[in-house]
Amino acid sequence: MSSITPGRGFSLGAGWRRRHQLWGLICAIPTLAFVAVFFLTPLGLVARMSLSSWTLLTGYRALNFPKNFVSVWNSPLLWPAVVFTIEYTVLATVLLIALGLGMALLAQETGRWVGALRTIFLLPVALGLASASLLFWGFYSPSIGPISPMLEAAGVIHQPISFLETPTKALLSTTFLVVWKFAGLYMLILLVGLQSIPHDLYEASALDGASRGQIFRHITLPLLRPSLALALILCVTGSLLAFDQFYILTKGGPDNATVTVVQLIYREAFQRQNLGASAAISVVVLFALLALNALQFRLLRDPERS
Amino acid sequence: MKRPTSCIALAVLSIGSSAIALTMLPTLVGAADQTFGTDNGAHLTMWSRSATQARADALIQAYNASHKNHIDVTFVPTDDYQTKVGAAAAANSLPDLFSADVVFMPNWTSAGLFQDLTARIAALPYAGNIAQGAITVSTWDSKKYGLPFVVDLSVWMYNKKLFKQAGLDPEKPPKSLAEFAADARAVAKLGGDVHGTFFGGNCPGCNVFTWWPIAWADGETVMNPEGTESHLNSAENKAVYAAFRGMVDEGSALMPDSKTESGPTWTAYFPKGKIGIMPMPASLQGMANAALADADIGVAAIAGVKGGTSTFIGGDAIGISRDSKLADAAWNFLAWVESDDAQIEVVAKGGNVVSRPDLANNKYSAKDPRLVLFNSVTKNGQTPFAKNFGSTFNDPQGPWLVLMRDAVFGDASRIDADNKAINSSLNP
Repeated sequence: MSSITPGRGFSLGAGWRRRHQLWGLICAIPTLAFVAVFFLTPLGLVARMSLSSWTLLTGYRALNFPKNFVSVWNSPLLWPAVVFTIEYTVLATVLLIALGLGMALLAQETGRWVGALRTIFLLPVALGLASASLLFWGFYSPSIGPISPMLEAAGVIHQPISFLETPTKALLSTTFLVVWKFAGLYMLILLVGLQSIPHDLYEASALDGASRGQIFRHITLPLLRPSLALALILCVTGSLLAFDQFYILTKGGPDNATVTVVQLIYREAFQRQNLGASAAISVVVLFALLALNALQFRLLRDPERS
Repeated sequence: MKRPTSCIALAVLSIGSSAIALTMLPTLVGAADQTFGTDNGAHLTMWSRSATQARADALIQAYNASHKNHIDVTFVPTDDYQTKVGAAAAANSLPDLFSADVVFMPNWTSAGLFQDLTARIAALPYAGNIAQGAITVSTWDSKKYGLPFVVDLSVWMYNKKLFKQAGLDPEKPPKSLAEFAADARAVAKLGGDVHGTFFGGNCPGCNVFTWWPIAWADGETVMNPEGTESHLNSAENKAVYAAFRGMVDEGSALMPDSKTESGPTWTAYFPKGKIGIMPMPASLQGMANAALADADIGVAAIAGVKGGTSTFIGGDAIGISRDSKLADAAWNFLAWVESDDAQIEVVAKGGNVVSRPDLANNKYSAKDPRLVLFNSVTKNGQTPFAKNFGSTFNDPQGPWLVLMRDAVFGDASRIDADNKAINSSLNP
């Protein structure tokens, strides 16, 4: 309650501080309300659902902990889905970050054609993921798709190719769609990061005789750390939650080889009409994501600024 | 002064009563033109499956053209229909009318998604003539919730031109599964881009529709009547799977399309005119085109391993959703659908099976022997019943798809184990 706070030059008295704090609280109330209604309440609802027997068409029945979690643990589709989702995440993240970085390095050059190049890279991002998936479903369809006949006519292949026929082909075809669609976004994020690196550093290192590789490794990458961290977290979280592209392109096939975890949540809720079990999977995924992101934040933290 | 008053009173009374009698006359005389429900320019919303789109749309457009009410229909992809209705039901935002695959009706009527139509159906003069199959399957707790909308039967369709080219008699379709395989083999020998047969090998619903009748034709079963026990690993059914496996292995079936087809385009192959014989829904609507002349479309009843015939009596039932506030206007549409006018001038005229067996012999069916076959094959057909039908037999991650793919493309020794999974899905 001292009227002189250390480190400050002066203070107008304890009353001023309290009013200041009160005003701060009042300004924060709209945001608090927003977070409470649109974030905390649904979260609480899902947690409650996961503890009860809750069907899609007839609603809440009774509490049944831990039945939902046990049935999720015993589900034969869960572990293959987890493994597949992780596999897909690694593949998509490596490709997207590498391509995004490459495209950003290209796009930061000056030149007349660079503007057009940037636009071409960014256009697919504007398309919705479900629309893009439907478009590619048409491309890949053995009965109406144009790609296979075009390749056959060009002599590149000699037999019609079915893009979603085997688990590997389905994974690669879907990853191609995702990379085509999202590479521009990661290019944008990394481009912003690249452009915030002061030019003097490049000039100084060039004067000192550093090669391009050395400049990239010792100046660009370290200073790009925050952008890379953002891109990585976005990419990993987004890929772990992949659903639209697999549901539309393969419906989890062939033979349940491309089922992702979110697809299991969707199936449990709407096909098997069991919202309780579906919420249980969601809660597990939530904790996994929290743990993973906490880990990523820790690893990607700038050691100098901590 | 009394006299004039009583005179006037008498006059008014007599004029009044004759006026009332005159207004009643139309309803007494023109009972056939009776309107059920209300036709007052209401805007109704409706959902229906894309699998039966052509036939459903024909009925809806004909209704819109001849009535003041207007129906705005949305056709939903078949695979997503269950989930879309489930989500809307949970949010209380179902449209006024929605149709349902007959096999989903037990699930949806038991969940109370439809309004009770028992009294309204009883008031229809032709109620007794409507095919009872769809109504029975839409009945829960002795209350009726649905009427037949589009009757979808499965038959074998074959390309008469390709049969002739392969040296087969185009007027002699196969009468058993073995003959089917032999005919497919003969057409496949033509080579080029012609193939013997095609089936949806990644489509669980398609093969429920087209393989189960083969077992029924031999008098065998696929489930017990209550829908709680699966007989899909019986010797008969294993013979059916083996026959299709044979067609895949010897190259009669179009591959890899048969292995990857998950349902959206399975009926698009026959109209292209390059498939010899394959199971199809019993409808000629919109099928003839530049690649396949109407005269070349032959139909045959699905036959068993040993013989006999049967069909899957499926299609859509339709009801008024519990969320609808325009029930009277919606009923006007449903009553019209089952009327003589709609059944003959829209359904039969389009080359489809009518849901009024008393109208099966009409001026259109008489002209085309194929329509006579469609209508006659219902005699031996069945509609399977199971409360958990959708999550067992239509789910792309469900146990039926696993069993049928193991049986035809994968490890056939797993059929018994896969059948156990079907049983646990039917009895959660």
